[in-house]
Amino acid sequence: MNPRKRADEGKLAPILLREISGLADPPLRFMEVCGTHTMSIFCSGIRSLLPEGIELISGPGCPVCVTPAGEIDRAIALSQLDGVTLVTFGDLMWVPGSSTSFHQEKAMGGDIRVVLSPLDAVEIAQEEHGRKVIFFAVGFETTSPAIAVAVKEARRRGLVNFYLLSSQRLIPPAMRALLSTGRVRIDGFILPGHVSVIIGRGPYLFIAREFGLPGVITGFEALDILEGIYMLLRQRREGRAEIEIQYRRAVKEEGNQRALEVMGEVFEPVDARWRGLGLIPESGLILREEFAGMDASRAFVIPCEDKADPPGCLCGEILQGLKSPPDCPLFGKRCTPEDPVGPCMVSSEGSCAAYYKYGGGQ
Amino acid sequence: MCLGIPGKIVSISEDHLAEVDFGGVRREVSLLLCPEVEVGGYVLVHVGFAIQRLEKGEALETLKLFKEIEESYLESTQEGG
Repeated sequence: MNPRKRADEGKLAPILLREISGLADPPLRFMEVCGTHTMSIFCSGIRSLLPEGIELISGPGCPVCVTPAGEIDRAIALSQLDGVTLVTFGDLMWVPGSSTSFHQEKAMGGDIRVVLSPLDAVEIAQEEHGRKVIFFAVGFETTSPAIAVAVKEARRRGLVNFYLLSSQRLIPPAMRALLSTGRVRIDGFILPGHVSVIIGRGPYLFIAREFGLPGVITGFEALDILEGIYMLLRQRREGRAEIEIQYRRAVKEEGNQRALEVMGEVFEPVDARWRGLGLIPESGLILREEFAGMDASRAFVIPCEDKADPPGCLCGEILQGLKSPPDCPLFGKRCTPEDPVGPCMVSSEGSCAAYYKYGGGQ
Repeated sequence: MCLGIPGKIVSISEDHLAEVDFGGVRREVSLLLCPEVEVGGYVLVHVGFAIQRLEKGEALETLKLFKEIEESYLESTQEGG
C-alpha cells in the first residue's frame, strides 16, 4: 500500500465513522456475505469502532465453510482409488471430512496436490498422462469462470485423464434461501466485491425488490467497508432499498460478460446442499452434458456413504448468522485452528477463525 | 477463497498470457477472461486469471468522494465552531 493511501486512511476513517454515527439509527444488523470481508472487518477492527447498536454479522460467503463434510468425504474417497491424483486449492487441505482430511490423507501417502490456478491441474494431467487427475473444484462465481477455462483447455489439449469433481456454488440463491427462512433479522447487506466483479449488480436486485432490503457491493479496504456501511445507512435514512455499488473501480453494472459466457458454456445450475442451509435450488454448478465425460461423479463409482456434519459443531448456525462463534461449545476448546472440528475454524476466511485470531474484534 | 489481488501488467504475449507485477513479485497471468487490457494497466487477479481491468477513472472517483466527505466534515466543524 502506498504511503499516501495510508495517510488518507488515517485521516478519512475517523471522518467516515463520524458520518456513520450521525446517520445511525440503531439497533441495526448488517450482514457481510463474503468471507474476505469478514477477515478485513476483523483485521481492521471496524466492528469495535462502530457506534453501539450497529452489529455486523457474517454470512455464508466462504466456499470452504459451506461445503458439507459429505462432499469432502467423496473427494477423499476418490483420492484413495488406484491411479488417481487428486488436485485442489490449498484452502481445502485442512478441512475435516467426517473422519479425515486431505492433509491427513496426503501424510499417509495419498497423491493429493495443491494448485494456485485451475490451469495448473490441467498441466498436471498432461504431465501425468498415466494417472487419472481429478480436480476437486470448490468456489463461488469469482472462481468458476477460471475453472470453466481449465475444462475447455483440457478439452482443447485432448486430455482424456482430466476430471472435475464440482463442488461450486452460487451466491444469490443462497441469499434468497437465507432471507426466505426469515430466521435471522438483517437490515442490509454488505455484498461481496469479487463475486460481483463477475456477476454485476443485476442478480441481487431481488433483495431490494422482494425483501425491501438495501445492499451495497463493497470493496475490501477498511475505507471501502466504512463507505459501504455509510451508503447502507444513507439508504435507510432516505427510506430507500436499492442495490448500490461502492466498489466501482472493479465492479461493472453488467459484471464480466466474457467470464459469464464461458461459465455458462461449461456449467449449468443444479440443486446443491450447503452446510447449515440445506438443499438450495439451482445453487450449484455441474458440467454440461457436452463435458459429461470429464465429470468425476459420473466417471467413478465413489465408495462413500453420506455422513452428517460433526456433532456439536455450530458452523451451520454460524453461517446463517443465527449464532456467533463464541456461542459454540466447541469454540476455542475442542475446536481451534490447530485442531479444527468445523470448516469455519479451518478456512482463513471463516468466522470462527476470525474470532479466534482477533478475539471477536474487541 | 475469493481473494483478488491487483497487479500491474508488465508485458503481454501472443497466447493471452501476461506478466503481472504484484508490488515486486511477478507472476504469469491468463488474460482469457479479461482480454481488453494494455501494458501498464492494472488488473484484478484471482486464481491465476485477470478477472477485471481496474478502472483508474473509478478509483479517482472514489478518492473524489472521500475528498468530498472530508470537505463536508471540515465545513461542518468550522460552522460548529
